[in-house]
Amino acid sequence: MKIRLAVLTALISLALTASAFAAELKINGSTTVFPIMQKAIEAYMAKHPDVKISLSGGGSGNGIKAIIDSTTDIAMASRKMEEKEIELAKTKGVQPKEIVVAKDAVAAIVNPANTVENLTTQQLSDIYSGKITNWGDVGGEKGPIAVISRDSSSGTFETWQELVVGKKVKVTPDALLQASSGAVLQAVSKNKNAISYDGLGYVDKTVKALKVNGVAPSAKTALDNTYPVSRSLQIYVNGEPKGDIKGLIDFLLSAEGQKLVAEAGFVPLK
Amino acid sequence: MNRRLKEQIIKYLFLAIALSSIVVLGLIMIFLFREGLPLFNTVSIKNFLFSTQWYPTFDPPEFGILPLMAGSLAVTLVSSLIAIPLGVMTAIYLAEIAPPRIRGVVKPMVEMLNALPSVVIGFFGMVVVAPFLQDAFPDILTGLNLFNASVMLAFMAVPTITSISEDAIYTVPKELKEASLALGATHWQTIRKVILPASLSGISTAVILGMSRSIGETMVVLMVAGGAARIPTSLFNAVRPMPASIAAEMGETPYHSDHYYALFAIGMVLFLFTLVFNVIADHIAHKYKQVGAATL
Repeated sequence: MKIRLAVLTALISLALTASAFAAELKINGSTTVFPIMQKAIEAYMAKHPDVKISLSGGGSGNGIKAIIDSTTDIAMASRKMEEKEIELAKTKGVQPKEIVVAKDAVAAIVNPANTVENLTTQQLSDIYSGKITNWGDVGGEKGPIAVISRDSSSGTFETWQELVVGKKVKVTPDALLQASSGAVLQAVSKNKNAISYDGLGYVDKTVKALKVNGVAPSAKTALDNTYPVSRSLQIYVNGEPKGDIKGLIDFLLSAEGQKLVAEAGFVPLK
Repeated sequence: MNRRLKEQIIKYLFLAIALSSIVVLGLIMIFLFREGLPLFNTVSIKNFLFSTQWYPTFDPPEFGILPLMAGSLAVTLVSSLIAIPLGVMTAIYLAEIAPPRIRGVVKPMVEMLNALPSVVIGFFGMVVVAPFLQDAFPDILTGLNLFNASVMLAFMAVPTITSISEDAIYTVPKELKEASLALGATHWQTIRKVILPASLSGISTAVILGMSRSIGETMVVLMVAGGAARIPTSLFNAVRPMPASIAAEMGETPYHSDHYYALFAIGMVLFLFTLVFNVIADHIAHKYKQVGAATL
């Protein structure tokens, strides 16, 4: 029995030291930035096979919480850090540094069977506040509008609320809630009355993206700021990035990294 | 090592293991209340429980969970209305009527329904049932609604109700049944007047455990209940039960914000709901327990 215990102890201590030697880079945060980061990490690790990186997508809030608590090395966020959060980070000795890595456009989407092609931001706002409830009122075929929204703490919702609905306007309580970008697409593609919004990177052939104020959402219109619903995607690190963190960020911002941003369906910075 | 010491060590080892789950429960409760109670520094309990406005990220935010509680109660109630008759009647069939060979096949299959991950049931509701409902009732706004979620939850509650009820019915003493039959009662009369009353406590426990599973279930309601934070007025309204709200919003909520506290406070309410359900189940199980054949 004693011998067995000794072997076990030896094994455990061996395992502990082994994991201590392999420095692991932790990345956590926005599910919107996730696909960009995933592609970047795959490419980066192919070049640096000794680097270990663990990536998880718990949402912008989780990522920012993790960088504040120093439980992650890089936080991904589809929203900017709030003043309160920056102050809290500083009281814990963390100096959050923001690096914008891509641009995202949020597209208004409807079922492909819908005949509406263009809506103004005012019409979208009225639909989301519950003032307009019939497709007939915005130039479509008569039928109730099924308003689908993201959960109110998602970064995409925040962008939509700020840029489209208006800060002082409440989204109708009749709005249906979907908890992820994929679920939104699923719901819109299955419901001919539906309207919703999603990051441009997620929009595919199963839904139809509307023009907003006459401008179609695309990489070009997002980058030159003519498309009204666009935002920046960023990462946060603690202080000046060093070592592998710096390596990964430099790679993300390089021409090769920005090509991956485009591949993930987002808008590269250059 | 002498034998008695060894016995003692083993005894305390098992005690520690048995206590560990209680300790974990206690720690989770402390955490839940520590993260939830700070909300009431800014929001009154009355507003939290009885306001119908749930706008946690609006400026100024509003934290009224009445629509969420109504959503939870509505899906639980409707799913129970579907699951209780199905579950109890299946249990009666299996325990009393089915020949042993059929029982041997059907019971494990019903219990296998329990093994289906809730995300699979939710996906089924989202991809199959919702479009079907929209085609069948063109006037409804969405197939992701109270009715859809209740049917999916009923799927999940039926195995629990069937399995526990069946055990209760099956363990009714043989003397009772034989006495009833010997007095000239038919099989159906025996089931209705003797077997069911004798197993009522077990069946009630089964029903309440099934209901508490429905009220706490997260994935299914998150995927198929629709998510509108409004008190439902029709079976085909979209609703947002409490677990769905917590799961959907927790991911991106700023740490230690009022919204964050509010989600934990919803967790407290949910915890109290399921606690009450379990206490009732436990109470019924003890109070109406059938002890031996003579007490009826």
